[in-house]
Amino acid sequence: MAAPRIIVVGGGLAGLSAVIKIAEAGGTVDLFSIVPVKRSHSVCAQGGINAAKNLKGEGDTTWKHFDDSIYGGDFLANQTPVKLMCEAAPGVIDLLDRMGVPFNRTPEGLLDFRRFGGTLYNRTAFAGATTGQQLLYALDEQVRRYESEGKVKKYEGWEFLSAVIDSKGMARGITALDLRTMELRSFASNVVILATGGIGAIFGKSTNSVVCTGSAQSAVYQQGVTYANGEFIQVHPTCIPGEDKLRLMSESARGEGGRVWVPRTPGDKRPGRQIPEAERFYFLEEWYPKYGNLVPRDIATRAIHKVVYENHLGIDGQPMVYLDLTHIDRATLDRKLGGILDIYEKFVGDDPHDVPMKIFPGMHYTMGGVWVGVDQMTNIPGIYAIGECDYQYHGANRLGANSLLSCIYAGFVAGPHALNYAKSAAAQEGDDGHAAELARQTELNAKLLKNEGEENPFKLWRELGDTMTKHATVIRYNKGLKEADEKIVELIDRYKKVSLADRSQWANTSFAFARQLKNMLELARVIVQGAILRDESRGAHYKPDFPERDDERFLKTTKASYTASGPRFEYEEVDTQFIKPRRRSYDAVN
Amino acid sequence: MATKTVQFEIKRQASPDDPAVWERFELEWRPGMNVTTAMMDIAANPVTASGKPTTPVTYDSCCLEEICGSCAMRINGRARMACSSLVDNLEQPIRVEPLSKFPLVRDLQVDRAVLFENLKAVKAWIPIDGTYDLGSGPRVYPQQQEINYPLSNCISCTCCMEVCPQFNEETGFVGAATIAQVKLFNNHPTGKVLKEERLRALAGDGGIQECGFAQNCVEVCPKKLPLTNTISDVSRDVLVQKAKDFLRG
Repeated sequence: MAAPRIIVVGGGLAGLSAVIKIAEAGGTVDLFSIVPVKRSHSVCAQGGINAAKNLKGEGDTTWKHFDDSIYGGDFLANQTPVKLMCEAAPGVIDLLDRMGVPFNRTPEGLLDFRRFGGTLYNRTAFAGATTGQQLLYALDEQVRRYESEGKVKKYEGWEFLSAVIDSKGMARGITALDLRTMELRSFASNVVILATGGIGAIFGKSTNSVVCTGSAQSAVYQQGVTYANGEFIQVHPTCIPGEDKLRLMSESARGEGGRVWVPRTPGDKRPGRQIPEAERFYFLEEWYPKYGNLVPRDIATRAIHKVVYENHLGIDGQPMVYLDLTHIDRATLDRKLGGILDIYEKFVGDDPHDVPMKIFPGMHYTMGGVWVGVDQMTNIPGIYAIGECDYQYHGANRLGANSLLSCIYAGFVAGPHALNYAKSAAAQEGDDGHAAELARQTELNAKLLKNEGEENPFKLWRELGDTMTKHATVIRYNKGLKEADEKIVELIDRYKKVSLADRSQWANTSFAFARQLKNMLELARVIVQGAILRDESRGAHYKPDFPERDDERFLKTTKASYTASGPRFEYEEVDTQFIKPRRRSYDAVN
Repeated sequence: MATKTVQFEIKRQASPDDPAVWERFELEWRPGMNVTTAMMDIAANPVTASGKPTTPVTYDSCCLEEICGSCAMRINGRARMACSSLVDNLEQPIRVEPLSKFPLVRDLQVDRAVLFENLKAVKAWIPIDGTYDLGSGPRVYPQQQEINYPLSNCISCTCCMEVCPQFNEETGFVGAATIAQVKLFNNHPTGKVLKEERLRALAGDGGIQECGFAQNCVEVCPKKLPLTNTISDVSRDVLVQKAKDFLRG
């Protein structure tokens, strides 16, 4: 029997990792991506990738990496997959090294490591400050090699629209849209691996790329796939505010010694450099003496919010604080952080070697995602999810430099499992579902193309982003969350009156966007309603009205299922068999 | 107070078979505004400066922080990334048109697949034995890493190809980006096992000898790759390889 064809959707780190494992094991892959895979959002990751290689004589172990990750995630993650990931991490780094990733080196020619948030160990391997780009390229090159051997066929410029599910409830393929010709087609496969990344666009402006809409996850959620822990959204403490997006300023800036501060005097008008040391408030170092500037992201983000909105100490009264590297010598900065300093200078106009950067928190990452088991399969047989679009490695808050690891690890788990599943999947019985799904998608497309009304999809999207950012990011109140849910319902209603300024059938980007927008709206309700129901504070989810973690009621995975009237929620016990949940606090001195 | 505005002229073409037309837009200025923000503003309000309804502009973009390589276009006559082109640094009206050396898809979107095909032709990868656990990689000293890392920063934007006088259908020249990747992989302790094949791939028609050393590539590269030095180095390697192959008969 010929090796089965497998569909992978998404060509970032997770998708490419799965492709490599499948091709290596003799399978063939149809790889779908909106953009050429080399342009996937993984390129935006900057700081590094975690693995307890213990090359700095600190006595680091995979168990400590595991403990930091579970503790950093406030005990919400199932412990078995996280433990396995941390144990696999040193091998993953070795493999990437063999693939030619230009990691920074020690004088002896070994891998260099730096510190990241939420740990006391130098555990993060890095390639300058463009680690995600370098990792993605290494995997892209291996996939290009398999492509030239005929084991991988790329469908770049195709957008996933839906899964094809047969009468027995099993995956039998996908429907996808050619974004150039606007051709709609269905593709057959017993296995569909979703590696479709983040959902930043739901928040309007974020650190994510424009393709990170969550549309694919939402589409399968609406087809019956369970979505988990949607309310856990990471807001990165250090971003460059912008008109079109919030640009990430890597945690590695603090890992290399960057210090966060504000002037002690409210409204101090002097340029940062002219403010003497004694008049600077290094609030992270004062409040968290043990971890200092390297507290986990949720902690740093809330501290910045507090110093700006409660203490009114934002720079010049604006919602901004300094991230200062000017005390570090130029050569070190260039060697270890070059890429991101260039970006700051290009977009802001100031040179961070000489001037402290002005930064503010921004939506960055979804810890929640498609529910999967340890083998990465969703509740629908044959549909897998990996990478940022799955939920299972980061609990209530992700540690910096664990995302690149979780993407690659999940791909490495899913690839072999998916291939085995495809080989043994029950043969087709009855209707394979392709005709019905194609008809459904054809109708949705036709309806949208000829729809009349006064609503512009890009304007509706801005309203969605504003309400999500206001009510569902750093600080959450049930009243505001309910307002957000009502707003989303209103937007879903107004979406019925969307009319497209472009009705052509050639490279029509507003058509593709309008399809994504509907899916963003449905997924936004999962985030907001999940947050309403979780009356506690845990990791990135913070409610001033419920400031404590409540393990009795909420040490549970949130699971959302789609119904026509909105998401339906249930809760699942968390696997805590290795580390007993303990109070999470980074402010202790010892 | 009247709002400050920004003037744009954008070259529009509905498909490769349709005629190109220029459209003018007047958009609200905002601090830190870049060319991609302008495109988003037009999508939210697709109306020209003269009040005529039009369509949102089709263009490639993804990361908006000059690392994915998507949004290369010609802005005021120069090939560059739209996301890192700040309107305050550009003379107005800001004239935006697609890259001219690649097949047009629509408006500012072109097809740059040729670069990825070139990367296949030169085997731009490390031929590892497999992904199973084989221990750590070869030692690489910091001095070597500091040579390789800049070459690995190429974002495949194709600006270097757009501005190269030799990159055209007549020569079939592969362009600077691909040559830089040849050097990167030939430098690697494992990658160099394919060095001869890569050099031979650059030895024929459309190969490295087509370079006319106009040096436009190095000037326009948004990631500052040392392209001309790299082309010199690889040219020398290709000549040596040719000589060796000749002597071997």
